[in-house]
Amino acid sequence: MASESLEARNLRFSYGENAVVDDVSFAVAAGEMLGILGPNGSGKSTLLRLLSGVLAPAGGAVYVHGRPLASYSRRQLGQTIAVVPQETVIEFPFSVTEVVLMGRSPHLGGFAFEGDRDVEVARRAMERTGVLELARRSIHELSGGERQRVVLARALAQEARIMLLDEPGAFLDIRHTVEIYDLLQDLQREGRSIVTVLHDLNLAALYCDRVALLKAGRLFRLGRPKEVITYAALTEVYETEVYVDTNTITGAVNVLPLSRIYRERLRRG
Amino acid sequence: MTPAYLTARRFVAVNAVLLLVLLGSIVLASLIGSVHVDLARALQSGIASNTDRVILFETRLPRVLLAAVVGGALATAGVALQGLLRNPLAEPHLIGVSGGAALGAVLAVILGGRTVLTETSLLPLAAALGALVSMAIIYRLALVHGRLQPYVLLLAGVVYNAFAGALILCVNAIADFYQAQGILFWLMGNLATQSYALVLTIGLYTAAGTVWLLLHTRQLNVLSLGDEGALQLGVAVDRTRRATFFGASLLVGAVVSVSGMIGFVGLIVPHVMRLILGADHRLLLPASLLGGATFLIWADTVARTALGVVEIPVGVVTALCGGPFFVYLLKREGSKAFGV
Repeated sequence: MASESLEARNLRFSYGENAVVDDVSFAVAAGEMLGILGPNGSGKSTLLRLLSGVLAPAGGAVYVHGRPLASYSRRQLGQTIAVVPQETVIEFPFSVTEVVLMGRSPHLGGFAFEGDRDVEVARRAMERTGVLELARRSIHELSGGERQRVVLARALAQEARIMLLDEPGAFLDIRHTVEIYDLLQDLQREGRSIVTVLHDLNLAALYCDRVALLKAGRLFRLGRPKEVITYAALTEVYETEVYVDTNTITGAVNVLPLSRIYRERLRRG
Repeated sequence: MTPAYLTARRFVAVNAVLLLVLLGSIVLASLIGSVHVDLARALQSGIASNTDRVILFETRLPRVLLAAVVGGALATAGVALQGLLRNPLAEPHLIGVSGGAALGAVLAVILGGRTVLTETSLLPLAAALGALVSMAIIYRLALVHGRLQPYVLLLAGVVYNAFAGALILCVNAIADFYQAQGILFWLMGNLATQSYALVLTIGLYTAAGTVWLLLHTRQLNVLSLGDEGALQLGVAVDRTRRATFFGASLLVGAVVSVSGMIGFVGLIVPHVMRLILGADHRLLLPASLLGGATFLIWADTVARTALGVVEIPVGVVTALCGGPFFVYLLKREGSKAFGV
């Protein structure tokens, strides 16, 4: 497929004896959003770190626009792949604009000041994530939701075609979470490839074109949310009973937890 | 209101203002002292046995200039170490780097058989080596499961300082009387000099170290996102870390070899500058160089004039300011700086 931006081929990684990522393969096309799902410790975050090149795989390889990731320089990778972590702690009181301008770093060399174009790119990124009015504030004065949108603006300022996100809504309320995914959907429609780790199965069903469900480091199933997020698959991978339904407004799969009383009732038939 | 980001214009303007303040301080501090100096008379060259001229140009000015160089270097090293370790409480003296530098210098003097501590242009390199080795040891100690633990770092620094101090006293006990006397006097932190050559030597080391560090300040900014964040933004994290360690060691080594242990300059000056100018290391580093120079000039002016004819070691003055300041910082930022 010519439009593949990011491809994982037989990726393997282990911490000591434990295989954390085991023979995982998939490809993401331009303009596609892929969700990575799985229980705690199933290797989601490690997989993301392999894709961003922070970790080197023990086996297999990552291909970026058809070329092995290892053949890219750090700066080239910074121009190609933008990463949004779960949480960003910044020790010093940088202003919001300064943090967003750090996204221009891969485009600058050595000791340099950001030029007019860099500032314009940062301004547009802040506009898109709704943090322009915070431009002069110190990053330390912001709420969790505001800070995450600043980090997203920083990633946008990189002007990368591929975005990797590790549960960008982990510490956010429902409104701020959907705002972030709405924005990701816009970015995707502009042709970016988006890979995001999620815990929330409903968000995955709502926003992702395809999802990869991991179990103990292995790719359990890969496909459209409707095909992957099923009662049978979830029960096996998460090892608990859940209630699966279809949302009457969106048509997407809905997954709801069940308390012990109902899980036992369900098991008894 | 602080501006949203750093521009070349702001960089030049801020540094120009700080440079003017520094130049004014050099002139003013040279005129202050236990003996009154008449500037107009001191500037006349034709007068025989012109005591004003002798005091101004042979006693006061070299000392003021040395204070400027030493203060600038210590504050610059402080900024670099704080950025590198992502800890606003990191300071050459507190994390044991000065102690390592002093040990390196003392060993060089004893093993090299030299009798006068401040007469060689290679001594700063021995001290820089001592600083570099100690920094590597302390950094390794503070890495727990691959992550830098701020409280381990500060604790390791304090212990290393005490250990280096004990080794220095050991060496001192073996050394002959005059050597021992010289070492003790130097250790307390002293800026008295009549040698422009010395000022120039240390000045060149400081200039080289500062320019080297300045070239890495943009990377230091990005490094505050964490190692992984910086890597993902194209920063060669390990190279930046090594380069910064090296530059800071050179600065600390150069000034410790000439002026002994002067603490807290690298803590107070960067912190005040950060409050006023913001966190961008590209501006913070040169601004702290100039601000640190001004600060130590005035600290030394207090040291040589406060008690009349009796002189206080300048390290005592900076420690008397720095101790309470550290407590204040600990109260304010302790929870963050110690990661608890």
